[in-house]
Amino acid sequence: MAKLLPRKDVVIMGLGWTGAILAQELTEAGLNVVAIERGPWRDTATDFNIGYMQDELRYAVRKDLFLSPVLEAMTMRNSADQAALPMRDYGSFLPGYGVGGAGVHWNGFVWRFFPSDFQLKTHLTQRYGARRVSELQLEDWGVTYDELEHCFDQFEYLTGTSGKAGNLKGQTVEGGNVFEGPRARDYPTPPLKMPYSSTLFMETARNLGLHPFPAPAANLSQPYVNPLGIAMGQCTYCGFCERFGCGNYSKASAQTTILPVLMKKKNFEARTECEVLKINLHPDGKTAKSVTYVDRAGQEYEQPGDIVLLCGYGLMNVRMMLLSGIGKGYDPASGEGTVGRNYCYQTEGASARLIFEGKHFNPFIGAGALSATIDDFQGDAFDHSKLNFVGGAGISCGSSNGRPIGYHPTPQGTPRWGAKWKKAVAETYQNSLGIGAQGSSYPVRGNYLDLDPTYKDRFGRPLLRITFDFPDNDLRMSDYMSDQLAKIGRAMNPKELTVGHSRRGWNSVPYQTTHNTGGATMGANPKTSAVNRYLQSWDVSNLFVIGASAFQQNAGKNPTGTVGALAYWAAEAIRDRYLKNPGALVPA
Amino acid sequence: MSRGHNRRHFLASASALPILAFAGHAQAASISGRLPWEAFAGEPPRPVNPAGWFYFTPQEALTMEAIVDRLIPPDSLSVGGKGAGCAVFIDRQLAGSFGKSTRLYMKGPFAKGLPTQGYQGALTPAGRYREGLRALDDYAHSRHGKNFAQLSPEQQDEILEGLESGKIELKLVSGLSTRSFFELMLGNTMEGFFADPLYGGNKGLVGWKLVGFPGARYDYRDHVDKHNVPYPRGPVSIYGET
Repeated sequence: MAKLLPRKDVVIMGLGWTGAILAQELTEAGLNVVAIERGPWRDTATDFNIGYMQDELRYAVRKDLFLSPVLEAMTMRNSADQAALPMRDYGSFLPGYGVGGAGVHWNGFVWRFFPSDFQLKTHLTQRYGARRVSELQLEDWGVTYDELEHCFDQFEYLTGTSGKAGNLKGQTVEGGNVFEGPRARDYPTPPLKMPYSSTLFMETARNLGLHPFPAPAANLSQPYVNPLGIAMGQCTYCGFCERFGCGNYSKASAQTTILPVLMKKKNFEARTECEVLKINLHPDGKTAKSVTYVDRAGQEYEQPGDIVLLCGYGLMNVRMMLLSGIGKGYDPASGEGTVGRNYCYQTEGASARLIFEGKHFNPFIGAGALSATIDDFQGDAFDHSKLNFVGGAGISCGSSNGRPIGYHPTPQGTPRWGAKWKKAVAETYQNSLGIGAQGSSYPVRGNYLDLDPTYKDRFGRPLLRITFDFPDNDLRMSDYMSDQLAKIGRAMNPKELTVGHSRRGWNSVPYQTTHNTGGATMGANPKTSAVNRYLQSWDVSNLFVIGASAFQQNAGKNPTGTVGALAYWAAEAIRDRYLKNPGALVPA
Repeated sequence: MSRGHNRRHFLASASALPILAFAGHAQAASISGRLPWEAFAGEPPRPVNPAGWFYFTPQEALTMEAIVDRLIPPDSLSVGGKGAGCAVFIDRQLAGSFGKSTRLYMKGPFAKGLPTQGYQGALTPAGRYREGLRALDDYAHSRHGKNFAQLSPEQQDEILEGLESGKIELKLVSGLSTRSFFELMLGNTMEGFFADPLYGGNKGLVGWKLVGFPGARYDYRDHVDKHNVPYPRGPVSIYGET
């Protein structure tokens, strides 16, 4: 029997990036906020200890900071005619766990999506005609880049992002990303120092007429105090970033940018090791009444709240809506329903491995987002009228780490073990670099999320089922990127160049990327989106669903910058619009 | 009770499932008005006990040492997998949470999956080694009349190549394929060679020295823009071994 608790103004599921941002903004507005977090409390000194964080086996291989499938697994299949089976271990992507969420283990890339990304259907239809995009299920997001600009700015200044502007109020700035949308001001801190690999890449790209720039990084180039008064340290390029918490207060996370202020507030409470089971609705089904959760001891609680915010990882937000009967589940056969619709990922198969002789790349000197990038082939920055696809990729060369369990490259044709392997691995470690193309992922009718009919979690609730494969359009895009990587790679004049291609048949085993988007998408039309332009549920007006679950498609960029911007956008809408007049902010 | 202990209890209870059995234990944490902190709440890693075998039988240990010494053979560059402690590493991993699949989703039904769906068997990694090493020795006996460890290096390499390529099919229980067993052994051997030595492998930092990885250092600010210049310092482990 659930124990009924006193009402709160705001009940948040999940205390990661979006939960912390919403909690900070809404407590500032005077509301009483409780965040219910499945995992443990985590902080820098205790849990990302500088004395033993440099442990590749524990954190990168055995995944100590990540969500265990024993707590929540998901099932997967490539198409609806296959039987979905559980991913018994997470491989292709790794959801976060505990306070800070996936914002603890991320690399730290802080991108803004292009203005055209937010109106992709309209933009591509106008430029290339409706027929070119008919195989895709594209939608506009119901919000424009110009409306979000100040929210991107807020997230960049919260995190102290290190970068160089390429477009200041419409003025192109050489050396920055000249393809980005206009920004009101430059990044709060200058770019990181570029390593040897990125420097060679930038020289080559410039010689080819391309426009390289240092990627915007939330691994800070210098000490920084953010607008909340929280101090961050300078990145030490230690090479233990992605899959690790930062022991040095130099990678932005909820821990290093928000929690020291938020946790001290009397009108905020975090309940850790408490898992939300369900959102309960009022009898009319149009507003949420409370959240049921279970603590570590197995005790169930019912927490009533005036506003409920789903701030879990995007996939968990979608599952919670489905488990709670909020909105209509998407049916790929009829095309009806919105919850689970437009699930996208990231198209990452295009890659190049270069091997030189006599170099010292020192790959262990790295930071998560220490990288040089070109956006010349990103989104719709280039003309697709003579090409057989839409979309694009960011092409990057950087040094995130040289941790040797995961990184010990060898030339093509080398055996994978034995004396020849050993000799090759010793010769190649210092002589190799990689160039990657992080490709866009566009929605198609058959890629979606729903509840699995067979497999259950430890509470007996259905697991989320992912039905996904790389769409033909995205595979053609990725092949084009492999060609670009080959051109750039050859121009860098290595002894050996190996180019990788994307393949059909998304494989859940090898790690690719934790950039799962969509499923509770935002838009102007309740028939093709689950939430409105303010991330408010079309069906349950006091429920907001915040995260990459709102993306109508994924760009060829890491999603966190846009997730952070959407969090500020939703917080502003709740504070300035919803509180004055609770109810639907957009008529359905 | 430290918070670290609480966390381990939580994970243990989740895997064993009788959550109600913990009713009456501490309630979940409610944190408000403060940044929680307590001394010694972290979970530093503990170096493994280097002596003896914790999971392998003596026969399995002999087989495993022979395998890791062919996957990473001793030569002029360095000691081999056995000398680096890779078999000890694997033994300690199998005796711990990795070997027991504590983190994994192990509910049925267990169905034969597609390659894109990953391992779908009910055996834990520890169970896979027990089954696989037995079948490997059975094969060695049927082919050469000897255990794997007693064969010549050339015979051992031939068998390992056969497992890797799929030319040899061991007689295994359903749900475990010969190739996936080989991949498990190869992956774990590489882990042992390159992981911090506190886990029992990478003895004398041999794996790190082979490639030139400086280990558990954490500040390269003075070297990041020294392009194409060798890093001057050798490796160091978490417990300060150099």
